[in-house]
Amino acid sequence: MSARFIIIEAIEQVAAEQEKVLAPLTDDLVLLESGLDSLCFAILVSRLEDELGADPFTASEEIEFPVTLGDFVALYEAAQVDEAA
Amino acid sequence: MKRPEPRSLREALARGTSAPGTPRRLEGIAHGVALPDLLDLSCLNGDVGGQRVLLVMGDQFLAGLALIAVDGLAEAVVLCPPDLAPEHLPVIAERAGATCLLTDRPRSALPGLDALPLIDCAWPPVPAAREPEFERATEWLLLTSGTTGVPKLVRHDLAGLTAAIRPRPVGDAPPVWATFYDIRRYGGLQIFLRGILGGGSLVLSGGGAEPVSDHLARLGHHGVTHVSGTPSHWRRVLMSPARGLIDPAYLRLSGEIADQAVLDGLRDAYPRASIGHAYASTEAGVGFEVTDGLEGFPKDFVGRPGEVEMRVVDGSLRIRSRRTASGYVGSDGLALADAEGFVDTGDMVEERVVDGAARYHFVGRRGGIINVGGLKVHPEEIEAVINRHARVRMSLVEARRNPITGSIVQASVVLDEAEDSGPPEAIRREILAACRAELSPHKVPALLRIVPRLDVTAAGKLARRPA
Repeated sequence: MSARFIIIEAIEQVAAEQEKVLAPLTDDLVLLESGLDSLCFAILVSRLEDELGADPFTASEEIEFPVTLGDFVALYEAAQVDEAA
Repeated sequence: MKRPEPRSLREALARGTSAPGTPRRLEGIAHGVALPDLLDLSCLNGDVGGQRVLLVMGDQFLAGLALIAVDGLAEAVVLCPPDLAPEHLPVIAERAGATCLLTDRPRSALPGLDALPLIDCAWPPVPAAREPEFERATEWLLLTSGTTGVPKLVRHDLAGLTAAIRPRPVGDAPPVWATFYDIRRYGGLQIFLRGILGGGSLVLSGGGAEPVSDHLARLGHHGVTHVSGTPSHWRRVLMSPARGLIDPAYLRLSGEIADQAVLDGLRDAYPRASIGHAYASTEAGVGFEVTDGLEGFPKDFVGRPGEVEMRVVDGSLRIRSRRTASGYVGSDGLALADAEGFVDTGDMVEERVVDGAARYHFVGRRGGIINVGGLKVHPEEIEAVINRHARVRMSLVEARRNPITGSIVQASVVLDEAEDSGPPEAIRREILAACRAELSPHKVPALLRIVPRLDVTAAGKLARRPA
């Protein structure tokens, strides 16, 4: 399964649990306008760490905080490449 | 000769002179006011002189106006934070010896306080009924956030609350302060006081209802120069496309552990700004500020003489200074400081060597208290809910480090070995449903694992690591 697929699935799951209404999950969606709040992101990042084996927010020396969903997915894809390398 | 410190907020306002063309202002979401006007205007419809005032405001901006009106006249003011559960109010009123209720809300919204005379606080302000001269140093009673049940009342005075505020260097432009905090909590109150005493202006937060981008646009519109928030607040700013709408000269982080990623992220996003992370708590006051851009603090801060003295005892940071609270109110026999006047913060530190220099890093709270984005969580409260499930034998709730909110809640659950009364996944869902029904969202375990066993200490207690 691709990182993207797992991320989208995790976002939908967290939104359902926290009873948030999600905006359409396109690449240019601004994360802060997605319908998820801070707590949702916190849960999402920890779950993804377990599922993808990567936490790009703490693993890398220099991190660029993601603004859009596309940035967010790219951050995990890059982190997975780092892990594999 | 050094001028005496202002004895009240109004005395501080009376001294602050506006630079030509830049009137000092307090800006809320719906209203704004020129600060010097508050010397002659009042939002209150009653006299607070000599009263012990229970301040319960729905609106943060009005809370700021009320504080300015009350300080120096009332005997005491109890500053209730916005998220305080109304059912705690009667006990808090009793412990504080409150003699009146100051609010912008209808009495019907505040049950159990009928015995207290009510003073209304409403916009717009009108000319004050009498010349508000200084009458007495008002006690400031703040509520702790790290307790289960009714919060404790902590006594401060204006001199202690403002002791960490340095005068503005001569020639510097008046600052425009902003804080993501609510000013009814210690961290936000510090910024409110800087706004009043620092000769500049202050832009209040809009609370949870205001989108980050709108908030940043508002801060940009007011030309903020000094901005304060928790690391969690700042991570949201870094994730916002509107982050470029502010161009502050100074950024401050406090209230949670500031990790290297958020410090580096802010340095990259705001290269012009000086960045400091501060340590403060409701009980211990403002401890210190770190400005070298690195997480943690230099080891030699501990043990050095000065206004603020620090010790590390059994891994926990202790602080003694003029800025600490003077005691708890209405909690008989509970000591805030040790025999030598040091306040035990309960914040655990560990020594690390970074680039050859010894530093202390914060590793969590003693007793496992979990800090989720600035909101403190007691593991025992969550464990009690989990343990009510018939199949749960024991559970351990602990912090898991998280790059967005500092920590999140993680639970490990041991099930009984009883007959097959259902698959573990179904039990997991039942436990989480119970937690969601009974706990606020930040207390519901973000991760819940079924484990075969949990470690227990020699004393028979669950083995907890610092959160």
